[in-house]
Amino acid sequence: MNENTDIIIVEQLTKKFGNFTAVDHISFRVHRGEIFGFLGANGAGKTTAMKILCGLSLPTSGGGTVNGYDLCREQEKIKRHIGYMSQKFSLYADLKVWENIRLFGGIYGLSGKRIRQKSDEMLRYLNMTDLRDELVGDLPLGWKQKLAFSIALIHEPAIVFLDEPTGGVDPETRRLFWDLICETAEAGTTIFVTTHYMDEAEYCDRVSIMVDGVIADLDTPAALKQRHQAADMDAVFRKLAYQAKRE
Amino acid sequence: MKEFLSFIKKEFRHIFRDRRTILIVLVMPIVQIILFGFAVSTEVHDARVDVVGDLADPSVRQTVARIDQNPYLHVTAVLGSVAEVAERFRAGKSDVAVCFERNFDERLRHYDKAFIRILGDGSDPNTAQMIVNYVNGVLSTVQSELSASEGTQTASFPHVQYMYNPAVRSSYNFVPGVMGLILMLVCSMMTAISIVREKESGTLELLLVSPIRPVGVIVSKAIPYLALSLINLVTILLLARFVLGVPLRGSLFLLAVMSVLFILASLGIGLLISVVSATQKTALLISGMGLTMPTMIFSGIIFPCESMPVILQYVSDIIPAKWYIIMVKKIMIEGVGFSYIYPEFIILLVMTLFLLVVSVRLFKRRL
Repeated sequence: MNENTDIIIVEQLTKKFGNFTAVDHISFRVHRGEIFGFLGANGAGKTTAMKILCGLSLPTSGGGTVNGYDLCREQEKIKRHIGYMSQKFSLYADLKVWENIRLFGGIYGLSGKRIRQKSDEMLRYLNMTDLRDELVGDLPLGWKQKLAFSIALIHEPAIVFLDEPTGGVDPETRRLFWDLICETAEAGTTIFVTTHYMDEAEYCDRVSIMVDGVIADLDTPAALKQRHQAADMDAVFRKLAYQAKRE
Repeated sequence: MKEFLSFIKKEFRHIFRDRRTILIVLVMPIVQIILFGFAVSTEVHDARVDVVGDLADPSVRQTVARIDQNPYLHVTAVLGSVAEVAERFRAGKSDVAVCFERNFDERLRHYDKAFIRILGDGSDPNTAQMIVNYVNGVLSTVQSELSASEGTQTASFPHVQYMYNPAVRSSYNFVPGVMGLILMLVCSMMTAISIVREKESGTLELLLVSPIRPVGVIVSKAIPYLALSLINLVTILLLARFVLGVPLRGSLFLLAVMSVLFILASLGIGLLISVVSATQKTALLISGMGLTMPTMIFSGIIFPCESMPVILQYVSDIIPAKWYIIMVKKIMIEGVGFSYIYPEFIILLVMTLFLLVVSVRLFKRRL
């Protein structure tokens, strides 16, 4: 184990719901600073695995660490050191932009001064300084998404989990959003992202593909394409995902 | 703690940003109190009384005069025979008929007794009963006067007096009832909806991956509604005291303690609702139909629990509002201290603890 280079270390992680094994003895590592794509068809066990990694649920057996904290025993510490953004761009629509920033800054225990500083920085970076008094609900989707992403980073987490962050967004907005993700990764934050868009998988440093609760393959997009003799990630995904036996 | 405060602040922002809801929550108790206090009154004012009898008869005249003097009754017509009464009822021209025996005065003097028949309109039994009671009250007064002046011993009516509420005002019953209803509604419904709203919008997920503990989420959701409920409580009490004239004879402190306990119970129910419902609509329906209705029916606000079939009485026993309302009545109207209400207090306490423990557990497990 090397916690200096690997931010997520998972060994034999298993989650069962009754007789159903949602996640079946998966083991993998995520390196610090990389963009890690976590792919899989619906029902493959992605969400369950991700919930365990975020400290939301406990594994049935196996375990691992996130940022050096134990998945079973240090869930509270994990929560403090990760960022999270889901497909719903979940910010409070009835709160203003600055109120949302302030709320999440407060929830993650930032001081008032630090929150002000962070929010100025963030709004400048996103070119949203004029919009600070707007209700989040009135913003276009692309803006909301960028804001949600930035707010997920407000406490400068070592790793940020993105759960299908670009669902339901037009291609141009998606591309812009990925620019933001890449910039963040370059700045040193690890990105753990699930997506259904295979063109997005190409942006990842490494990609794992889950099928029926196990990791069918894990490598760089280039290596995956070569191994499965596919022209693009879409073809790779199809080859692997169609082996699925369960619904 | 800081995390907590910023979260509570956010809850207040939600509430105050949603003007309509805040208006409803703050105005509803006022409207309800006024509605229940004035419009939905079970008292009868100005009942129309028909008299069947001979007005030339001195005792009859005296009695009729007394009926007419009563603020709740007035004599509308003097009929020749009992047969005419039915037609008057059907035409909606009168509410009650008082029929005097022939030669009433004479019989009263010679035989020391004479008959009076009271006919009520049974198509509206509650009202009829009430009016008949009024008439009875007047008759018994007249009777005692007659026997005093004449020195004759007439069959004595019992003299009825309602302690704590001599005027038998229904607001004495409704105010505690409305208190129970409003507190329950604001606390359970609003808490349930505000949690389910976050479920729907996906923000709950965001909170759960944050360092805030689930219990922290619950408590910070609860605090703003607790504050709102207390405002409602004060509004209701002020209205009750100064507009409806309902007394507050017992200790205000005791009342406040019981109210907070009841608010906590409602919160537990709200939390339960939020666990079982996936959408705001469901939450609204469950709290509207599943909570308000049984509370109204079973808590004794409108229908006395004692007159229900035994099974329904058991059902009414599991409604927390019933126990709260009983205590409020005792504290406000009878002015009793803690030693008189501790059985109800213990029941409500056990219910509250049970509801809170179960709902917090379920809430955590559903995450």
